[in-house]
Amino acid sequence: MNAKLPDLRGLTLSERILSVKSGKRVEAGDLAVVPVDQAMVVDSIAPDVIRIIEEDLGGVIQRPECVSFVIDHVSPASNIEVAKAQKEAREYARARGINLFDVGRGICHQVLMEEGLARPGWVILGSDSHSTTYGAVCAFGTGMGATDIALAAASGKTWLKVPETLRVNLHGERQGNVAAKDIALEIIRRITADGATYAALEYHGAETFTKSERMTIANLAVEAGAKVGLVVPGGENFSEYDVPDWLFADKDANYSKQVDIDLNSLKPVVAAPFEVDNVFPVESYQGTKVDQVFIGTCTNGRLDDLHIAADILKGRRVAETTRLLIIPASSQVLEAAVADGTFATLLAAGAIFGTPGCGPCMGRHMGVLAPGEVCVSTSNRNFIGRMGSPDAKIFLASPAVAAATALAGEIALPESELVYA
Amino acid sequence: MPDQNRRIWKFGDGINTDDILPGKYAPFMVGEEKFQSYAFAHLRPEFAAQVKPGDLLVGGRNWGLGSSREYAPKALKKLQIGGIIAKSFARIHYRNLLNLGIPVFESEDVPELLNEGDNVTFDLGTGVIIRGAEQFQLRPAPEFLQEALKEGSILAYYKKYQRFPGESYD
Repeated sequence: MNAKLPDLRGLTLSERILSVKSGKRVEAGDLAVVPVDQAMVVDSIAPDVIRIIEEDLGGVIQRPECVSFVIDHVSPASNIEVAKAQKEAREYARARGINLFDVGRGICHQVLMEEGLARPGWVILGSDSHSTTYGAVCAFGTGMGATDIALAAASGKTWLKVPETLRVNLHGERQGNVAAKDIALEIIRRITADGATYAALEYHGAETFTKSERMTIANLAVEAGAKVGLVVPGGENFSEYDVPDWLFADKDANYSKQVDIDLNSLKPVVAAPFEVDNVFPVESYQGTKVDQVFIGTCTNGRLDDLHIAADILKGRRVAETTRLLIIPASSQVLEAAVADGTFATLLAAGAIFGTPGCGPCMGRHMGVLAPGEVCVSTSNRNFIGRMGSPDAKIFLASPAVAAATALAGEIALPESELVYA
Repeated sequence: MPDQNRRIWKFGDGINTDDILPGKYAPFMVGEEKFQSYAFAHLRPEFAAQVKPGDLLVGGRNWGLGSSREYAPKALKKLQIGGIIAKSFARIHYRNLLNLGIPVFESEDVPELLNEGDNVTFDLGTGVIIRGAEQFQLRPAPEFLQEALKEGSILAYYKKYQRFPGESYD
């Protein structure tokens, strides 16, 4: 082990990362100032970030290669205001040597992961609350607002209160059609929407999950209020990354709380309107008529998610009364789905495809809901008015439940057992 | 803004950032000039037109959960609200409020004691709210943040000192 490292004995994963990064041992409750490996800015926030850097921080950008702009939240632009903001972001990124991922490349978190801009032990700040996604590779990823992101870009660092750690233990084997999404929603049901406020979630027992599945779980950490959601690194599924020696779960670490989840007993679930912790077995809402099904987002818009949907929809047709909207999380996901035939299968079943990006997740374009409509979505928030009318309802579910619902025209379970990677 | 004649706008638990400013009304969508007129557009459509500078927002648990959108609290700042008192705050939103210099107070009991439409006097310096003959004391922000707020905001602090409050150079 590196001799220059601070004493890390008995520290949790997030304490380890913040100690190594700040160069001194820090524990829950301490204040840490740490260098930022990536400051990620999405299109809707870029104008504010640029203004703060230019007007308040002297136009300084410490390390432009550690800043990424992603045009994803309304992509391509839906109106002149959006087009102006994106033009400004694009031109600024090019002029300042900032990484730019333009229209169609995909959703910020998916893109950073694909580009190798999220790695174990890194500190990543994103101007999007689902920046907890980077915890899938054990990076300290967290969401912040425009001012904090601008300060990080200008100074190359940020201040953080070191969070307490809530340890989530996944036991056993999941059965039937239980997806990573179901596990993530069960965790939120158990600890509630503010049960992890200011805290780090540390997931044990998810090391064997695929990267995509780990991303789904870490993505939803913020829906329990968490600052980060870190998956313990190790095993085959981390083999593409160089995991630092110091980044491991210490058996003497101090956890503020532990939650045990028995995977054997889980069933596919939905988060019913209007809170993410309002989680019930699918059966409780089976038969509810559905106008729109949306498969996509940083939570569940990856290739394995499209594979599951294609398995269910192959050779069949989406119900006449239901629209099935699919938006791949990135251009790479779309290309892979075209190459392996998944895209053709889904098109033949009646799916409608949109440009890789966030799509209708926050109700701005490409699938806005009318009053009285019901949507089953693989996204992450079912708040009042989130996807359009405040009189519409959103149920959050796994891609499997979403696809089965599209087929039936009402909330449904898959008819047969699916094969998860 | 005057200390007196501040109205209490009372909200419940779990007020999220889509309640505070729905995503479709982001400045990015509707322009920088008028987005604040959509604050609480779904939940309390009368709010933006009726709120007066200095009015206080009172909430329950987990105020501001959801998005990192700083323009949600920025809409409230443009409407010149006097502060937010809640039982607890979601963390990203809490940072955003502080970064914008909107006074925030965490209190278990004061939100229970204040009612919708109350007319109060509020002294930001002492954190005292007066309603008729009654008086309620709020807890000031943590020391680290007070240090920053002395300069106006964390941004102002960084501009002045080129470091964050509490950051050491040893």
